[in-house]
Amino acid sequence: MGDIAIRARHVSKIFGQSRVLDDVEFELRRGEVLCLAGENGCGKSTLIKIINGVYTPEEGVELSFGDETLSAISPIEARNRGIHVIWQDLALFPHLTVAENIVFDDYVAKPWRPISYKDALTQSREIIQQFGLDLDPMARVEDLSIAHRQLVAICRVLRAGASIIFMDEPTASLTYKEVQTLLGITRSLAAKGISIVLISHRLVEVLEVCQRVTVLRNGKLVGTYPTEGMTQARLSTLMTGLELEFTPRAETHKGAPVLELKNLSREGEFENVSFTLHRGEILGLTGLLGAGRTEIAHTIFGMTQPTSGQLLKEGQPLALRSNRDAVRHRIAYLSEDRLNLGLVQNQSINMNTAVTVLPRLEKPRFFLSPQRIKALTAHWIEQLKTKVSDPELAVSSLSGGNQQRIALAKWLATEPDVLILDCPTIGVDVGAKAGIFDIIRNLADQGMAIILISDEAGEIWMNADRALVLREGRIYSEVIPAETTEEALEAIINA
Amino acid sequence: MNKRLNKQPSTAGLRLGGDSIEVAAMTALLIGSIGLFSLLAPGFLTATNFGSMSMQLPELGLLSLAMLLPIISGGLNLSVTFTANIAGLMTAWLVQGLLAGMGILSVPIAIIAGLAVGAAAGFLIGVIVAYVGAHPILVSLGAMIFLQGVGEFLTRGGGISGMPEVFQTIGSGSFLGIPIPMLIFLAAAAGLIYIMHFTRTGFSIYMLGSNSRATEYSGINVKRVLITVYTISGILAGLAGMVMLARFNSVRVGHGESYLLITVLACFLAGANPFGGFGRVLPLVLGLMSLQVIASGMNLMGASQHLATAVWGAFLIIVMALRMPFIKQS
Repeated sequence: MGDIAIRARHVSKIFGQSRVLDDVEFELRRGEVLCLAGENGCGKSTLIKIINGVYTPEEGVELSFGDETLSAISPIEARNRGIHVIWQDLALFPHLTVAENIVFDDYVAKPWRPISYKDALTQSREIIQQFGLDLDPMARVEDLSIAHRQLVAICRVLRAGASIIFMDEPTASLTYKEVQTLLGITRSLAAKGISIVLISHRLVEVLEVCQRVTVLRNGKLVGTYPTEGMTQARLSTLMTGLELEFTPRAETHKGAPVLELKNLSREGEFENVSFTLHRGEILGLTGLLGAGRTEIAHTIFGMTQPTSGQLLKEGQPLALRSNRDAVRHRIAYLSEDRLNLGLVQNQSINMNTAVTVLPRLEKPRFFLSPQRIKALTAHWIEQLKTKVSDPELAVSSLSGGNQQRIALAKWLATEPDVLILDCPTIGVDVGAKAGIFDIIRNLADQGMAIILISDEAGEIWMNADRALVLREGRIYSEVIPAETTEEALEAIINA
Repeated sequence: MNKRLNKQPSTAGLRLGGDSIEVAAMTALLIGSIGLFSLLAPGFLTATNFGSMSMQLPELGLLSLAMLLPIISGGLNLSVTFTANIAGLMTAWLVQGLLAGMGILSVPIAIIAGLAVGAAAGFLIGVIVAYVGAHPILVSLGAMIFLQGVGEFLTRGGGISGMPEVFQTIGSGSFLGIPIPMLIFLAAAAGLIYIMHFTRTGFSIYMLGSNSRATEYSGINVKRVLITVYTISGILAGLAGMVMLARFNSVRVGHGESYLLITVLACFLAGANPFGGFGRVLPLVLGLMSLQVIASGMNLMGASQHLATAVWGAFLIIVMALRMPFIKQS
């Protein structure tokens, strides 16, 4: 510890008109786990790409590696100095085996060398054992879980001689247990003298494993802080520049019952799920990945049919054959997969907002007025304070937070009584998250009944009036956040 | 045209932005080719030539419209030409056989029946695509071979000719100086523009062409929309069959077969996205007109018909190459 692995000073980068990085300083020690935090667009990725040689920084930069100081670095030099980046998509070859993936870089350097599968196997076994990982070198990468693929990517950079590893959102699609395993591995790598930089949205984990955290905001360095004594709230404030509230919803807001599940089951997915949802209530539905949260939501939304049990809305039993029936009964569902299911990314913001209410907009019959579509979108853009330069642009041109507002808008346009929000803050910045939750609380205050699905205990704790914890398709426990702590809720989820 | 295409913004295929650029590009192409052949080809700028061009265009035009909708929905309908033949056969058979004694009244009934056959062929393809989930290329290829076989079996490889006078009037007559087939084509194009831009069916076709699962999650009946897409495609193909029947005074299975891939070419030339979600009627109409101008112009210059086809192919490649950088950016 204490030795400097990299020190970069006066790092700036200009793209066209905008200054993406402005005189940033970055320091990484040997054997350290450092967190690089900041909202989307704060310049994190640009900084990494400068350090690993992909981008050339503006003049005046000093890059020092212990003994030597450079004014620029090429990707090959960066590699030779042991700097490696594991991007979020991992860049593995899914059809090749673990061993082939691990030794792949040898063959990039020497393309004429014949491939020896035996050597590949022994060499990758060595790496796997050296770091005590749980990996089968013969397995095909496509058959592995995301968590295991991550290990393959780590082995691959270790095999290539990495001494400094940047990990881009490594925990994004892992379950709680897998995250813990991964963090354990980063700790043991650090103990072996390897420096690790974690880029993560999940503040809790970051604080747990990192020694220091470097915060960027709008291309400028906010500062580098020790994680000891750092709270999640303070880190959010540093990242966003905003004071965010971290308190549970003060009281329960129960109105009349709207939706009732009576022993609802769907074979292989969930069993005997019963609860009542009231007007003005935010009901948290949580549990580990695969506990049946999304499956229950799909059934309430009519996408799948229950095998037994009853679903009642305002006392009337519902037999939904499709999600169109659900929409007609004023039930809306915001998908967790905004990229593939939530929005039609290539089509315009106007079209994505209007798609759920076409029958209402097509008046008279067979005349769908473009004016009405535009007016509807304009209304919701204003209501939800969405930053949109031109609603004719593809929805993919928006940031995650603004995309989510459009996804919300398209369901709010259906005037739902029951709104199911499946992980509404996935891929949304800390600052934008607070904005989304403000909207959700407001909706509940106006009397909408909301089911909030999330695997982040903090989100549930802060926003739900009542939380149901699921495990293996059954309701395991019911918690009132206001009567407990975030940590206690987290413990119940992970128990 | 090069210059105009270069102005295309990175987000190719915006609803209005991309549309106006495609329209501008196709207009430029049309004006450019008319200008070029006015200079090069003797007799290009004559009423006779324009008359014959607008006589030839509608068959390919209607078949291309029939191809456009499936392409926007992310599929393809390879059976358009044989659907046209079968629809024509139905009409010819009714006029000459079953309804021969009815006189002039037989014509509208036979035409409606022919269009209904086209609609039925499209409907079946749509049902299979929607409910079986097989790829439209496979389904419509199967339908194409099936219709070809049925048609050849029924006609024993020959043709039916000798339609009543009315057909000739439709095929070679004109109204207000515009040939009737051209009027039919323009009316069909106008109808399609309306459907695509001012009805929820059109709206849904664009959405599901981009991402059918996300569209279904939004509460759109994706299956029903797909069936509608192929049914409309079948009706348009049937209409093409009627125009062919009227123009040639005969119907033969395999007639217009060579148009099939050219309809696909025309759609892509006009900016339809091979992966679905984008494509407009107006640029297609303009693009088709340019293709016709090129063919007729070269014909007047004494070049062979086949050379004109080669030029069409070269044209598509050039336009694709010019467009590619913008598609990649987005």
